[in-house]
Amino acid sequence: MSDHSTAWQLILDADPALFGIVRLSLAVSLSAVILAALIGMPLGALLALTRFPLRSALVVMFNALMGLPPVVVGLAVYLLLSRSGPLGALGILFTPSAMVIAQTILILPIMAALTRQTVEDLWIEYRDELTAMGVGPAARIMTLLWDARFSLLTALLAGFGRAAAEVGAVMIVGGNIDGVTRTMTTAVALETSKGNLPLAMGLGLVLVAIVLAINAAAWGTRAWAERQAA
Amino acid sequence: MRAPASDLPLVLSDVSLDAGDVRILRHLNLTITRGAPTLVVGPNGSGKTSLLRLCMGLARPSAGSITWGGCAESGPVRRAIVLQRPAMLRRSVGANVAYALAQAGTPRKVRNDRAANLLARVGLSDLAGRPARRLSGGEQQRLALARALARSPEILLLDEPTANLDPAATRAVEDIVLSAAESGIKIVMTSHDLGQVRRLAGDVIFLVRGALCERKLVIDFLENPSTPEGFAFLRGDLVI
Repeated sequence: MSDHSTAWQLILDADPALFGIVRLSLAVSLSAVILAALIGMPLGALLALTRFPLRSALVVMFNALMGLPPVVVGLAVYLLLSRSGPLGALGILFTPSAMVIAQTILILPIMAALTRQTVEDLWIEYRDELTAMGVGPAARIMTLLWDARFSLLTALLAGFGRAAAEVGAVMIVGGNIDGVTRTMTTAVALETSKGNLPLAMGLGLVLVAIVLAINAAAWGTRAWAERQAA
Repeated sequence: MRAPASDLPLVLSDVSLDAGDVRILRHLNLTITRGAPTLVVGPNGSGKTSLLRLCMGLARPSAGSITWGGCAESGPVRRAIVLQRPAMLRRSVGANVAYALAQAGTPRKVRNDRAANLLARVGLSDLAGRPARRLSGGEQQRLALARALARSPEILLLDEPTANLDPAATRAVEDIVLSAAESGIKIVMTSHDLGQVRRLAGDVIFLVRGALCERKLVIDFLENPSTPEGFAFLRGDLVI
């Protein structure tokens, strides 16, 4: 019982250290979502509209990679960015940049796979119409992504949820350095193992509240925008 | 790809279309030139929709050739189609027309004015801001017509644009089609409705089982069919 009250107290006091951790978590995960969307959505749309050898293999691969274990992504990015790795010269291991890269890789398959499915379904409906209007390949992709915008919000949320919730990748490439690369999830893991359960619970509550709030906001935006335009 | 000066005449030479093992259209020879609307009639499954898709270039013939203004390969430059169930872009009514205008190469500056004109032409001015997918069936057909007209077509292909519409909505669509025809656009339209054929057609293409059965001026076809199939069709018998 006293654990609960301490947890709430920490949140209510808006502890600056806690605030820093929350801000870093959001910055890293939102950056990763934006990057993954910028790469993954056009990629998914391209995959939906083109036919080439190995396309099916690629589709299956992206679907399978949606369940990519975060620790494996963390390890791969670690090997890439470590001093002796191919990108070691960048010197960004154990920085937020490395964490953004790892999470981007982690959620890219979700963005690409969900976008492909959404765009492919819409393409079936639009194909004749767009062909008859003489819409070129690049414009097709833009049109379909725009017209699928409300459905694609779901892909964004799925990506954000996965990025915000994972601990393995950011732990490995970030190193959980206090004040530098400590996120909500790595802090929860650390405080739990240290036996500081009130702080761990406080952080956990904040994390759940943020994910809930973002989903609610996105849901509200979607409902409002659909009334306006769809 | 060089755009032809004109998409007319549209010429089908010995065109056949197969879907798997089924022959949908067989050995069609047709020439479509300027003039009064051409109505394509025939029983269900006679290949009317497939013929329009070939004319638009949405499908390729399995055998034979199609030329538009003498060119075999041309993008859909001066032709437009209204599909039987037109897809509404998930945008406003006005944005649907603006999109079609943009694709037809209309400069951005005049796009809004032209979109407003087109919406007025099909009687949808009041609904410009409404999401297109919320329109009724008849309104969607009129929006699809506005989008097609946005391309300034020489030839406009219409696939049963009044199927499932009530008489008032049918009248609205027919009025738009007639005014388009009067402005010099060649209309090629499929229809189920002999009354509509009488109201709109200059000439008639009568298809049975994918083959051209008759092509005549509307009056000749309606009063004086020259085949047993045509006679049976006009009498209201099932033509199998």
